[in-house]
Amino acid sequence: MQPILEMQHITKTFPGVKALTDVNLSVLPGEIHAVVGENGAGKSTLMKVLSGVYPAGTFDGEIRLEGVAQQFNSIADSENTGIVIIHQELALIPLLSIAENIFLGHETAKYGVINWFEAISRSKALLNKVGLKEHPNTLIANIGTGKQQLVEIAKALNKNVKLLILDEPTSSLNENDSNALLELLRGFKAQGISSILITHKLNEVMKVADRITILRDGKTVDTLDTRTAKVSEDRIIKAMVGRELSERYPPRNAKIGETLLEVKNWNAYHPQNAERQMIKNVNLTVKAGEVVGIAGLMGAGRTEFAMSVFGRAYGQKISGEVYLKGKLVDVSTIPKAMAAGLAYATEDRKTYGLVLIDHIKHNITLANLGGVASRGVVNDIAELQVANRYRKDLAIRCSSVYQTTVNLSGGNQQKVVLSKWLFSGPDVLILDEPTRGIDVGAKFEIYGIINRLAEAGKAVIMISSEMPELLGVSDRIYIMNEGRMVGEMPTKKASQESIMRTIMKSWEH
Amino acid sequence: MSTPAIIVEKPNLSSFIKSHLRDYVLLIALAFIMIYFQFTTDGTLFRPVNLTNIILQNSYIIVMALGMLLVIIAGHIDLSIGSVSGFVGAIAALLMTGTMPFFKDDTIFKFDPFTTGAICVALGAAIGAFQGYFIAYYKIPAFIVTLAGMLVFKGLELAALGGSSVGPFPVTFQRLSNGFVGDIFGGGDGFNILALVVGIAVSVLLILFNTKERRAQVAHGLAEEPSVIFWGRNAIIAFALIGFCWLMAYYKGLPNVLVVMSVLIALFMFITKRTTFGRRIYALGGNEKATKLSGINTERLTFQIFTIMGALAGLAGLIFAARLNVATPKAGAGFELDVIAACFIGGAAVTGGVGKVMGAVIGAFIIGVMNNGMSIMGVGIDWQQVIKGAVLLLAVFLDVYYKDKR
Repeated sequence: MQPILEMQHITKTFPGVKALTDVNLSVLPGEIHAVVGENGAGKSTLMKVLSGVYPAGTFDGEIRLEGVAQQFNSIADSENTGIVIIHQELALIPLLSIAENIFLGHETAKYGVINWFEAISRSKALLNKVGLKEHPNTLIANIGTGKQQLVEIAKALNKNVKLLILDEPTSSLNENDSNALLELLRGFKAQGISSILITHKLNEVMKVADRITILRDGKTVDTLDTRTAKVSEDRIIKAMVGRELSERYPPRNAKIGETLLEVKNWNAYHPQNAERQMIKNVNLTVKAGEVVGIAGLMGAGRTEFAMSVFGRAYGQKISGEVYLKGKLVDVSTIPKAMAAGLAYATEDRKTYGLVLIDHIKHNITLANLGGVASRGVVNDIAELQVANRYRKDLAIRCSSVYQTTVNLSGGNQQKVVLSKWLFSGPDVLILDEPTRGIDVGAKFEIYGIINRLAEAGKAVIMISSEMPELLGVSDRIYIMNEGRMVGEMPTKKASQESIMRTIMKSWEH
Repeated sequence: MSTPAIIVEKPNLSSFIKSHLRDYVLLIALAFIMIYFQFTTDGTLFRPVNLTNIILQNSYIIVMALGMLLVIIAGHIDLSIGSVSGFVGAIAALLMTGTMPFFKDDTIFKFDPFTTGAICVALGAAIGAFQGYFIAYYKIPAFIVTLAGMLVFKGLELAALGGSSVGPFPVTFQRLSNGFVGDIFGGGDGFNILALVVGIAVSVLLILFNTKERRAQVAHGLAEEPSVIFWGRNAIIAFALIGFCWLMAYYKGLPNVLVVMSVLIALFMFITKRTTFGRRIYALGGNEKATKLSGINTERLTFQIFTIMGALAGLAGLIFAARLNVATPKAGAGFELDVIAACFIGGAAVTGGVGKVMGAVIGAFIIGVMNNGMSIMGVGIDWQQVIKGAVLLLAVFLDVYYKDKR
């Protein structure tokens, strides 16, 4: 069969770094082709070469589409041939409608005058194809991430796509939405549209991929065909990291002690809509040395709960009590919550976690500048020592602590955020999706850090949408749905099925 | 004053210069501009009397640029400072001359210059706090709030002065801008020994301070600046300082306002580089949400920044009034533009989070020297505006262009 896409001997060099070395990738018509690899393995660079972000001539090698050599000088060139890339960070405009977003740049217009009837009816047809039941006039800001992802795909379909590239499409989707999306890709396959799926989630790869190309350090390590031979997750991981990962989750030897944090009868309302109750009568306890997971679907209210407890960083009309070590504490502002011993590491490290234009050292001390200052004057040397200590302890890979955080990989950015909160000296750490968008190796390190915290007698609350991770790391799991705690179980007795069952059951009444 | 230390194995001269070019390029530009005008004005620019003039003419701009830098680093802007400084100057005139609207020529209501000064700086701070309150706690964009303030205080200035000029002021007050530090060494006519002594003393102190910090850096293995550059930099700064004071000594010595300005510059450098307050401003401008979630009271911080800006605008109003020896309805008009331009020429970023005190000061001098040089050359006010605008655009363009290249 003639491959729809062939990338041959692609080599891309940046000043001082060889990002890709002799990479080969071929995609057959009507197949889902997964590209996997650790962060920094060269997946994004490869896709940028393919989509024309790096114009022809800035790299070596050849791109052939249906056997014809191509010279892409811009994204527009690649889109004209039917290659559409959907980025991890969605490129939709929040305050425009679905229809306006779909036709942005390709408006249904004559002489610059837009025909809205045509736009709406065509959007409806496109939304139908991707299974999205929303009116085309709905603003992007008013629909969830899962639906936004579908709008992106509808936008791609409008461009007569032959090859759809999805970069971490499910990283911010819940289980249901992820499954729906993967199902959609299968449907496209039947219509002859090929997809390249870039993801860290190997279970998804196992579910839908026909072939898998594995990149490591800018080189193609292997291409596996799941239709001819049985491929196991461990086989892929081994190829990705170049070593055997005997344990996905490091062992922990923490002693569980006294109750550290107790939240009672917690209620919170939507910040813009005082009628809409987001958190309903939630109770939660965590003991010293314990890691407690909070499972739930996207929109279950886990982040909202955590942020409202952390100094009312979310919501309004908040009520309820918080006890630390048995004493009622005031957590009405973020500084007070921190003084009480709480820390919250956000799920969105770029928006809420880091000052991206600043370097590692300043980010680490931001939440506790007083810890390296006396009478308001910062001690540079002390601050540097602190930064270097965390750099070593958490194995932050950087040229120095003066490296700007925007240039770090996701895993290392997450370690900087963790360092910041560790340096604030909390008793209870709330980690919201601490491994989102992070490669397998860095995930393992983060789990190790969580274990060390528990062993040091801290209490850890971990919010995660990846159930295997919750099962692998926590001692006890709370299950949230629609703003309520709908279940609690010790991890020993929990399984993905039992968690999902609890969520589904909670919906029934 | 040391550049931030970076751990590298071996300090490499050329790569160091390359990565720190931005820090020096402004200073080099200023030097070139000064030398250029020195020639085109037939040597007038560096004359002691003219140098003194440049200081006096730009002192109030620099004072306000210090506050504006904090505002811009925090990601805001303040358009009201020209009007505020004019308004405060008008109030100062009313207080000192006793020409209050209702108590005209009543000696009881004549305040002495020091009380007036205190009242006026406090008034400026109160105005800044008032505007800052809306910006910080009600999240109204600073552009809007201070645009309103620009109109309001311009109007109040006119109302206070009743459309005419009020003056003159007591001699003590005029000394703020027109006075010089007396020569305690009793140098004869034509040479102020104190100025030279101060120049040497400050240079020695600076070098001592820098070497001490350098030694601490070396001890911790952090000295990334090649020693050639370190000593060269110190030598040039000392040479420029002493040379400058030497020239000033040939006129009347050190202007009082130069002392005020220098103390403020040093204070703001300290605040931005070494204090938690300063560091939080950079974080606030870099990412407000992350800063807030890190337990920093960003509202109060914003409020404080605008209060400081207001106080400095008040002080600048005093300096300007003292310089003219009269409060005019025109005072303050357009000052905000020179101040904002100084900050951006000095490398501050519109998006916030970036900016240096020294940059803003040099930016202000670049504008000041150009004003001065072009006036001496006889360039009309029309073309002066065109050239100044072009320089602002060019400076920011080069900044953005080279940032993208890196």
